[in-house]
Amino acid sequence: MAIQKTYEEINEKIRKGQAVVVTAEEIIEIVEEKGYEQAAREVDVVTTGTFGPMCSSGAVLNLGHPLPRMKMKKIWLNGVEAYGGLAAVDTYIGAAQLPENDPENKVFPGKFTYGGAHVIHDLVARKPIRLEATAYGTDCYPRKKLDTVITLDEINEAYLFNPRNAYQNYNCAVNLGDRTVYTYMGILKPHLGNASYSTSGQLSPLLNDPYYRTTGIGTRIFLGGGVGYVAWPGTQHHPHVARGENGVPMGGAGTLTVIGDLKQMSPEWLVGASFVGYGATMFVGIGIPIPILDEEMLRYTAVKDEDILCPVMDYSEEYPYGKPKNLGHVKYGDLRSGKVVIQGKEVPTTPMSSYPRARRIAQILKEWIQGGRFEITRPVQPLPSADADIVVNNLTERNVNDFSNIE
Amino acid sequence: MTRKRVVCFFLASLSEQPIIFRLVKDYDLVVNILKADINPQKEGYLVMELSGDKKKYEEGVQYLRDLGVKVEPLSQTVVWQEEVCVQCGACVSFCPTDALIIVDRDTMEVSFDNERCVVCGVCLDCCPTRAVKLHFEVA
Repeated sequence: MAIQKTYEEINEKIRKGQAVVVTAEEIIEIVEEKGYEQAAREVDVVTTGTFGPMCSSGAVLNLGHPLPRMKMKKIWLNGVEAYGGLAAVDTYIGAAQLPENDPENKVFPGKFTYGGAHVIHDLVARKPIRLEATAYGTDCYPRKKLDTVITLDEINEAYLFNPRNAYQNYNCAVNLGDRTVYTYMGILKPHLGNASYSTSGQLSPLLNDPYYRTTGIGTRIFLGGGVGYVAWPGTQHHPHVARGENGVPMGGAGTLTVIGDLKQMSPEWLVGASFVGYGATMFVGIGIPIPILDEEMLRYTAVKDEDILCPVMDYSEEYPYGKPKNLGHVKYGDLRSGKVVIQGKEVPTTPMSSYPRARRIAQILKEWIQGGRFEITRPVQPLPSADADIVVNNLTERNVNDFSNIE
Repeated sequence: MTRKRVVCFFLASLSEQPIIFRLVKDYDLVVNILKADINPQKEGYLVMELSGDKKKYEEGVQYLRDLGVKVEPLSQTVVWQEEVCVQCGACVSFCPTDALIIVDRDTMEVSFDNERCVVCGVCLDCCPTRAVKLHFEVA
């Protein structure tokens, strides 16, 4: 009889401490030894992990009111501007935001040693953070200036809210040009000097659930060392792409919006990063449990690096200017080996996402589930999948003078 | 026989002294310069590997110190902060001497071998978490 398990049955096992939980690496060996059917019978949950730079991340903070009260219009945390367009003392600090006086790329390539991501890391590390704010003053919120120090434990609410994380597959970045380029994929040496990539491959959450069968809105996850949730499909969630026979997208596809209580998180799993010539970003640790509802789910989780293809993209012209180069695909297994062949040339590979950290996340999540402290969740609503008619559009530029009714 | 990598820091007034010549001629040392920033009327540094008789090596280093050159072992000058490193591995394809290396492609863990480092400084820029620290400025 075909194997069928429900979320409730698996949770019952988790509560009793009887659930069989393995990581997305361990499942590969189990399948090799026992085959898909037997593995699906025995294993209840497969845990995944990823720890890579994810720019579209940030935190919502409620700072609490000073007295007299204040409707903060401009807000800075350690000199990095946080958004002031919400209610009086609510703000959002984005990972990629830079300090007001940052030299940026004025002397190229800039260093970008501190940004919003570093503020979030310092907050989570329980370091004191300088808060400066200005306001125009109202009858209900008279205060106009503030310069003080806050800590994560003293402010009211703090939650991570990342609009686009856990990209399902991504480009392998190369440089066909004559000069070194400095990108969000790191430093790319000219003439195919290196090939950078950013994913944990066979351990990566959405590569183990290619059609988002069990990962959806409401799914409980490991986020930044604490417990978080999938809040929404991520921005640029684009599931309608070319896929391999195993269902795995052959390029960037699904993404997740994730949310979780920052106060539970740890500086080990939210780390500020500086990309020379590019900017600041944040390494975010995410782990997603995948319930083995049936053999099909098991097959997805048994995906190997050798079976995951990644499109090669040139960052001298193809990506920035949209000039197609058709460089084909490479296998993650080869990327991980340290060398790939592109256009007949052997190219050293540059990982951007930490495989050892991804492995630890999958392991930690496995232990949480085995220990009964983390149950799996049926999505409240599935994410749009491959059959959804989603098209990612570029921005259309128009002549503003053609519009008379705009501000 | 001894073979050591050292970093020498010297004042502007010393930049015209033929110290390498003296190390070779008077102390019979083999000198391999790995990196240097020497300009007239400017303080500078010199990263080099010195090999030769142990006693001669010590005398040579003493000669430098007597001149006012600060001599430090390279191992104390380049520091890979393991606790800051997130093990992404971005540095490995840039390090020209395999001082920063992923030995095991299964674990993908990065390690740093101080002995192989030639202080080129390329890792300083390619490390997203700034895990490598140099205790002096490289040009």
